[in-house]
Amino acid sequence: MNLKKYVSIGLSVCSIVTLSACSDSNSSDSKEVVTPEIITQSFDLTLSNLSSNQPLSPLAVVIHGESYTAWSIGVESSIGLEKLAEEGDVTDFLAEATDAGAYTAKAGAGLIFPGEAETLELESISSDDLKLTFASMFINTNDAFIGIKDLDLASLDIGDELTVLITVYDAGTEENSELSGTIPGPADGGEGYNALRDDVNVVSRHSGVVTNEDGYADSILDSSHRFDAPAAKLVLKRTQ
Amino acid sequence: MKINPILAAATLPLLLASSISSAQTVDVRISNLTQGMFFTPLLVSAHDDTQHLFVSGEEATAELTAMAEGGDITGLVTATEALGALNSADPAGGLLAPSTSTMINDFDTGSNGLLSITAMLLPTNDAFVGLDSWDIPEVAGTYTIFLNAYDAGTEANDELVNGGGAVGVLGIPANPGANGGENGTGVTTDEANQNIHIHRGNIGDADATGGISDVDSRIHRWLNPVAKVVVTVK
Repeated sequence: MNLKKYVSIGLSVCSIVTLSACSDSNSSDSKEVVTPEIITQSFDLTLSNLSSNQPLSPLAVVIHGESYTAWSIGVESSIGLEKLAEEGDVTDFLAEATDAGAYTAKAGAGLIFPGEAETLELESISSDDLKLTFASMFINTNDAFIGIKDLDLASLDIGDELTVLITVYDAGTEENSELSGTIPGPADGGEGYNALRDDVNVVSRHSGVVTNEDGYADSILDSSHRFDAPAAKLVLKRTQ
Repeated sequence: MKINPILAAATLPLLLASSISSAQTVDVRISNLTQGMFFTPLLVSAHDDTQHLFVSGEEATAELTAMAEGGDITGLVTATEALGALNSADPAGGLLAPSTSTMINDFDTGSNGLLSITAMLLPTNDAFVGLDSWDIPEVAGTYTIFLNAYDAGTEANDELVNGGGAVGVLGIPANPGANGGENGTGVTTDEANQNIHIHRGNIGDADATGGISDVDSRIHRWLNPVAKVVVTVK
């Protein structure tokens, strides 16, 4: 197992995301390198949006080892998480994961609307410390995101399937004002990412939205945008 | 139910050290998962099955009421220890702020097999985070529990911050975050369910100088669970 882990870590910079860059450096001299067999694991990830009227931004999915933690309760959000939670932009979130040694970092195809689901095929170098992290914005909010971090994949055998209900977090980077102009989703069409951090500036569980039908007249949200946890269902199947 | 130590020693030799005696030592980490609610001093109690800190669906005891309305755990400490409980009282050294954690190292549970936890949520009238009689595992390992917010059912949720923390005095004793309103007219004077039940949440309003409530509907709200407890059995 140790050897497998070593190989995985050694090859992690050559993971799917950066394969072309790595092959360039190896191709200059094709004879002397004995390439070890790359053992991969494959997974089908299906995410169902269980909310009433909260479309999900494109998924940001990361397979990684011990070297990466996407967020922690009580700890400041990274810039990547802030952009994901305020605007649904996965670019920096995935780049941060790759920089931290993640084996795979992949974006979903697009929005996942309430009642809909998306299936992503994932591939990772094999390792005995594989974990899954994903995040996605509830786009009719100021900075709510759903997700799970550090879900253990190492104990999944080929064919095994895992179902996990997913909760809702608050990135803590933008005040939950619910005001017109502050929410990027179709409920408002307002601003997405703003570098200003005018909330508690740590990640917590989300407390839900108030809405203009529950006594907060200035809210741009209506009762359809309310949510509770769990917010989504994750089904993960190891296929290889 | 305790595992017979002899049986444990025979069948689980690797766990001999932790099973040789019925006395157990555990680490307990408690995290406040909310964004805007404070926990008053926590009570973490290891006790046997003859007692509870609270039972959902039943009426609150006087000691539980004092904790839920005013954050006072002294009555619960005295009552539980009289029946053999071992307690960690106020491990955080005061309030446990939103999104923060406290750690109890080497908590000696003695021969008590059950773990219970309570703390009042501020600002509320009588909401509390609770764990009732969780079986402490015999097998060494790390166990995670998520806790919900309950309503003691002993006080109407008027949501007025007026210092009213004593039992029987209507009102919220304090808003530690100083981020709410004042001069509210009061949400309600009724308590529909007077037994311990799952809290419906604060109503609040966005009016800093009036309205029905002195708590902010955008800040002083929560969804369950409100706390995460990680117990490490050694």
